[in-house]
Parts: sequence; structure tokens; C-alpha cells
Amino acid sequence: MLNVKEMLDELNASPYEEIEIRTPHTGVVDFVGLAPGDRVAGPSGKWLERPGTLLANLTREKNKKSICATQKGQVMDIQTALEGRFVEAGERLMTIRHFLSKEEVIGRILKKALHLFCAPERAKYYFVPEIDAKIKAGGEQSVKVREGLDMFIVSRMKRETALSYTGPQGIIYAVYFQQGDNVDGGQPLIGVCPENQLTLIQDVVNRVHGEWEERD
Amino acid sequence: MDIDKRTRELAARLTYIRDIFGQRENASVALLRTRLEEFLEQAPHLGMRELPLQVARLEELFALLEGKLEGELSPMDRVRIVRHPQRICLKDILENVYDNYTEIGGQDEWSIDPGIIIARATIARRMGKKTVHQSVMVVGQEKGHGQEFRNAGSIKPWGNANALYYMRVAEIENIPIHTYVFTPGAFPVEDYPGAAQQIAKNLYVMSGLKVPIISVFSEGGSGGAEAIALADRRLMLSHGYYSVISPEGAAAIEGGLKDKATPELIERCAERLRITAADNLELGFIDRVIQEPPLGARPEHYDFFRQLRREVIRATDEVVDAVEGLGPLRGMAIRRQARSADPQDIFVRWSLGQAARTKLVDRRHEKYRAMSRTACRDNRSLGARIASGLEGLLWAAHSTLRHDFLARYKRRLLGLLEAAEAELRALRQGLDGPLGRLLGLGAGQQRRMEVPPEALERLVSLSCPEDCPCRLEDTWVYVSPKSREDRTQTCPNSSTHGCLDLWGPDLFGEFAGVCSHCGHHFPLEFQWYLYNVFDFASAFEFNRELESRNPLDYEGFDLKLEQAKCQTGLGCSCITFETRIEGIATIVAVLASPFRGGTVGAAEGEKLIRAAERAMLKRTPLILYSHGTAGIRIQEGTCGVIQMPRVTMAVRRYIEAGGLYLVLYDTNSYAGPVASFLGCSPYQFAVRSSNIGFAGPGVIRETTGVDVPPKYHRAFSALSRGHIQGIWDRRDIKKNLHQALLTMGGKNLYYR
Repeated sequence: MLNVKEMLDELNASPYEEIEIRTPHTGVVDFVGLAPGDRVAGPSGKWLERPGTLLANLTREKNKKSICATQKGQVMDIQTALEGRFVEAGERLMTIRHFLSKEEVIGRILKKALHLFCAPERAKYYFVPEIDAKIKAGGEQSVKVREGLDMFIVSRMKRETALSYTGPQGIIYAVYFQQGDNVDGGQPLIGVCPENQLTLIQDVVNRVHGEWEERD
Repeated sequence: MDIDKRTRELAARLTYIRDIFGQRENASVALLRTRLEEFLEQAPHLGMRELPLQVARLEELFALLEGKLEGELSPMDRVRIVRHPQRICLKDILENVYDNYTEIGGQDEWSIDPGIIIARATIARRMGKKTVHQSVMVVGQEKGHGQEFRNAGSIKPWGNANALYYMRVAEIENIPIHTYVFTPGAFPVEDYPGAAQQIAKNLYVMSGLKVPIISVFSEGGSGGAEAIALADRRLMLSHGYYSVISPEGAAAIEGGLKDKATPELIERCAERLRITAADNLELGFIDRVIQEPPLGARPEHYDFFRQLRREVIRATDEVVDAVEGLGPLRGMAIRRQARSADPQDIFVRWSLGQAARTKLVDRRHEKYRAMSRTACRDNRSLGARIASGLEGLLWAAHSTLRHDFLARYKRRLLGLLEAAEAELRALRQGLDGPLGRLLGLGAGQQRRMEVPPEALERLVSLSCPEDCPCRLEDTWVYVSPKSREDRTQTCPNSSTHGCLDLWGPDLFGEFAGVCSHCGHHFPLEFQWYLYNVFDFASAFEFNRELESRNPLDYEGFDLKLEQAKCQTGLGCSCITFETRIEGIATIVAVLASPFRGGTVGAAEGEKLIRAAERAMLKRTPLILYSHGTAGIRIQEGTCGVIQMPRVTMAVRRYIEAGGLYLVLYDTNSYAGPVASFLGCSPYQFAVRSSNIGFAGPGVIRETTGVDVPPKYHRAFSALSRGHIQGIWDRRDIKKNLHQALLTMGGKNLYYR
């Protein structure tokens, strides 16, 4: 049984993720003047093509490389003692505290609460007509699934085969694909939750949407 | 009522004047404003007799001062005139210049590209009492009077493709084409058919269209203008501009700014670029200027449309007269038309006969060949020039004798020998049968014995690495100076592909600048290709004496040019030479990016044309290797932009004469050259990790408001869009070029 209260308390107690910035390889460290408490930005742009804030430079064999922030957040501590020194690979340079957004919190909760049924290979996936009709009529959560239920039609290179559901019994909480689009192997198709937990999960999601305070 | 209307018109004229002169303080404008304001204040108190008199006086004052202001127009004011919503547009011209028309390229926003209008129009001409309706195909950019969906006449690639289709239709129907250029530049998207590649196709096809083409320039923005402006007669409206780049773009480049440049710098750039009609007439890029009313033509200037009609008819008549050979009286009359009243009085049929059509294309090529010849510096002595001319004549005689005359008999003889050999082989196959075996005359055993013993040895024995490294490939004649740097390099793909750092001497030495993990190609100097691919050490360089100069006396450019010459040791960004690739004689032209970014100006254009002519003369393949080009050299203005049609024409002549024209892109190739002589090649290849496109990401963002993905211009994207035919590894270029020479190309490649 999902303990929602415990889960939320846990997230509330530490509403962030601490990212340790470590050296990818050996080299001489050169910090760029950041101090604890400074805010840093993650990669930006439509395709995340612009790198995040420059954190430090690492020079090995006259090859100076930038180490940039991978998430937005706040600098917690910096190993300033390493400034200008040669370090080994994997040496911790600084810690960045990344405060979780609502979407990230919900993602974490759903990851624990849902069973994700994933695509076995890259193909186009469709629901079988009966399930498709049910979803269209009553929404995703009107469909009950059980082990061995023929749920999907896998279409690849114009060849269509049936795909059965494997996993715990429950109802579909979320659908993660668009019918007719190609889905890569390993990507989730649906998220399933036990029927008795549906209201609980919905309640948690609503509470996160309403109550969670984003720090950045 | 009439007074109200006239007053409103005066107010509109004043608004127009203020729009044109912008923020500039001007006594005449201030006077007009004061007088109009005074009149508007007094008007309610004036009597019915006084009111028309006052308005008439005011109108006279406006006319007088407009004439005065006309003389004060700066080049940038002219740019503002052509961009003004009250400026005449193509729809006005279709309504007022032609007697009837039907739009065939879509209607208003229901068009593949609303920025371009294609119409079949007619012009009625008198033949005594009879009226003859002469058809023309009208193609042009439409800015509309503030119609947003027209995109200010900035044409998308599919709009240019549609224009080209209907120009071909005009050729089939043997009717003249009138093009009207009203564009600030092409819309720089790479989606198929691609901005650059489509303009290149337009230029290539237009250079050979066998019908008269007349173009009229109002706003001629670089490549977008060239897409429809390659013509037999180029007319220009007196207040128009024709330029390699917008003054704003030139100022941004000149100032090295990311943000917008200051108005003063923009004004200065507009002056330096020499973009006005008078400048272009003086430079020889247009044939005639059509005078507009003071401060530019607007839709209510009906006299101007009458004049425009006369001019386009006259220009079409002149083109037909030059190739068709009209009767002596009509010919004389047309030539005297400059003084006569109306060209409509002399009837000229505009459809051409077969001989005239061929002559028309030849004339067009000659016209463009003669343009901008003095815009580069030819350092050859008089003796060298005469020798070069004589050499050309001798080569022409040699090629005609060897390839046209003797080769014909040689081909026949070879055909006979081939047939005889085939017969003998058939006979030998018969001997392989039971009778042959019985008599011991079969050939089965002999065939195996024909394999040379050394080849057999190489095929069946193992290599012996302990003796020395068995490296036949990857040994380079020229090694990049970067290989002398004792440092490692990081591949740009290391974050996604996990490439390890590479030691400089390894990377730029043995690996030829190619990441050993992901295959990314680090840029290398053009000398690497010259020596390792084109065997430059034993090549013969020609036209080295042709050098870039500053034809527009662009301020500060002489110094920059000298610096570029000193730094690179080159006279211009183009190197042309004769060489052999695996024994095949070839002419190669290289655009070297270290010289002013590989930009193309008059010297480069002239060298490329001469290279194409030489390849045609010597019946050799022509390879154009673009080590990198940033586009047309903006400091040369229209002297640079005219190289687009000029070189494309030379290339077309060469391809039509049966040659193989092959283009190889490297590093970054953008803008004008890609949109003309590079993009028109049927065989375009790219070195891996190169970028090809019409405009860079910054320009696309500024022009279209859309961000482009990080690898938008990469060679693989160009390949998947169908712009190029293949991507080659740097280390395999020589092999691939040799294979291309053996498998592609036209009928005149005698080495096969």
C-alpha cells in the first residue's frame, strides 16, 4: 500500500536534489569566482543547446575544458582549496542544490506508485479497438488491465502484431504515447496503478499542484 | 467635399515625406508642416472663395518643395521609399501597365507563396487599324500595401520554384518574360527545395531560357533579387536600390555587432555600398533608369505607369530586334525610339524563331560576361595577355581537331575493332565446347594463367608487420601546423559520443584531423587539400595575377584587403590550377576561407569563369572545392552580387558543352556562392562535419523569428534534404574524386 503521507513528508523534508560536481578526468582546476549561495542556471534553449552556467575550468595537457551546470540551482559549497591544483578524476569540486519543481515531484511520486509498461521495440503502437473505444468514451482510467490482456497492436514496417500486457492488475492511470507515432524501445507506454489507489494518487497529485512551493 | 479630400491628400503627402526623411531635421519638411497646420487652423474661418485658393497655393508649395527634397535624398532615404507601404507594387503595375492579366500563381493569401505573383498578361499594340494582343509572363515579388501575408516580398524557396516553373512555361509558349524585383532578400529557410539551392536552380535555368527576359528593379535585395532578375535587359526605377545586402545587414557586419547598428552607421553603409539606380547604371549592371516622380512613384502616379509601359515595351522590342533581325526600317525606328514618342507605334512580334532563340542565349551570356571585368586587378603584362589569348586560340584549334574531328573517326574505328573482337570471343566460346576440348583448343585453363604472378603473390601471402608498418594510406604530403602543438584536443561530440581527448600530433598528423572515435572532422587548412588531394606541388596554377581590388572605393577596405593579401599570400580567395587526379587531367578551383572568409568578389568570379572556360577548351573535368565561403563580398556591392549569374552562366555553358562540374563543400559554405554556381552543380558532395546553407542561424532568427536546431546546416541535414549527393571522409576524398571522375559527368570527358 502506498504511504502517501510518508512520501510527501520525505519530499517536504528535503525538497531538493543535491548534485555533486566532480571532475570528469584529471587536470588543474580553475574556479571562475562562484561563491556559496550563488544561483546557477542549467542548459537552456529549445534544444538545450546553450550550456549552463560555467562552474570551473579543468586543464589537462594544455586543453582547457569547461565544466558547466547541468541543472539550475544554488551553489552550496566549493572546494576552493583545489584552486590551481592538479586533481584526480572524480574529485568533488562543488555541490549544487537543485530545488524540485512540481513536475519533478509528481514524476517521483508516480515513479514509485505506478507500474510502467514499456515498449519492447521501436514501432508504432495502437490500442486494440475495444480498449481504444473505451478510452475515447470514458477516459484512460476507465480501462482495467490484467496479465495477458491483449492491449496493443504493434505496427512495424506495415506488419502488425498483437502485444499483451504483463504486470500487476490495475487501471490505466496515464498514457505516455500518441497513437501512430513511433515509440523507441524501452519508453513507457502506459502507467498502471492498483484500482484502490487511484483516488489516493490523484489526491497526492492535486495536493502537489496546490501546495508545493517552487523555490527557483 | 473636394477641399476635404485635397487637404487629406496633402496631409498624407506630408506623412509620406516625414516617413522618408525619418528623424532628420529638414527646413523644407518643417515649412510644409507649419504651413499645413496653419491652413488647418484657419480653414474653418475662410470663405468658400478663399479656401480653394489657399489649397491650390499649398499644393503648389508641396510640389515645389517635393522637387527640392528630391535633390536631397540620401541612399538610405531611397531604401525607405521602396519599403514604404505607399510605394507602387506589382499589383499596381499589372493593373496600370498591362491591358489585361490573369494571376496563375495563386491568389492573395491562397498561394503557395503570397509574396510572389505570377500572371499571364497582355499588352495591346496597334498595327494600323488592327489591335494585336501580345502575351507576356509576368513574374515578380509582391509587397502589397501593408499586406502582412506577403511577407514584404521575401520569397520562400517554393515560391521561387513556382516562378521558375512558369518561366519554363513561357519558354514553351515562346512568350517574353517580364520580371519585377520588389524583394528585400530571400526567406532563408533550408526546407526543400532550399533557399540557396532553389535560387541556384533559377539562375541556372534562366541563363538558358530561350525567350526575352526583361527585369525591372525596385528593391533588389541580393540573392532574392537574382532569383528572377537574370535578364536580357535590366531596367531600374530611379528611386530603387539594388544591393548585395541590406544597409542594416552591412552595418551590423561592419560594426561587428550582435545588436542593431546605429542609424548613422547604416546611412554610411548605404552610401558606401553604392546601391542607387544611378550608381548601378554607372557600374554597368543595369541598362536604363526609369525616372519616377519626385520622392518615388505611388499608385496615383498614372503618368509614371504610362512611362513604365513604354519602357518595358521598348526593352522587349530591343531584345527581339537584336536577335531576330527586323526589317531595316523598323530596326532603325526602334533604335531611334529614345527620341520618338511611343514605341507602340512600331509593331514587333515577340515570338522568336529557332535561330533567334539560340542567338538570344548567346547574347545574354556575352552581356553578363562583359560585366564587372574592370572590378578586379589584372597584373599581367601586355605580352602575357597576348600570349594567353594565343594559347587559348591554339587550344581551341587543338581541341576541335583532336576531340571533334579525329575523335569521330577514332570512335568509328574503335567501334569496328570492338565488334570484331566480340566476334572472335564468340568463336572462342564455341571452341570451349566438346569439339574444342577434343582438339585441345579450349581457353578455360589459359584464363587463370593470365593473372600476373606479383598480384597472385599479394593476394595469397600474409603481410609481415614486423618488417615495417604496412601503411599504404594515411601518409600525408602536407601535415597541418596544428600537429606541432603539444596539447590534446576535445571532440565537440565527446559529451554525446564519449570521444576521448586526442593528442594534437596524432589528431592533426596521422588522423588527418578526424576524431578516431566518432569521425568528426576538425577543420584543416586549405593547403592540406591542395597538397594531399590535388597534388598542388606538381600542378600548374593559372590566372594567379588576377587580384581583388576595391571597385567601390569602400572606405577602409583597401587596408583590409592588403592585410588579407599579406596574411595569406593570395591575391584573392580563389586559386585555380590544372592538376592530375590519379592520372586524370583536371581543372580545380579552390575557394580559400582564410582570405576574407572565402568571400566572392569580382576577381574570384573572373577566375572561376576563366577556369570553366579553360576546362571547356581543354575538355577536362572542373572541380570546385569550397574550403569555406561566407558569401558574396559585401564591400564590392553589386560587383560581387553580379558574380552569381555570371559564374552560373559560365558553368552552364561548360556543362552544356559536355563537361563534368563537381562541387565539394568543406567547413562552412553559405549565401551567394551556394545560391548560384555552387548550388547549380548536379554533383555536389560535402566533406564530413561541414555546414551548408543560405544564411547562418543568427540571420535566420532575425529574419524569420524562428530558432533553428543546432545541426540545421550540417552536411547530413543537407543530404537528407536532397541538397547534396553525398558526404565524404576527408581521408577518402582523392579516391572518391577519382571514382566520381570515372562514373559521372558529360560527354566530353575523353579520358574514359
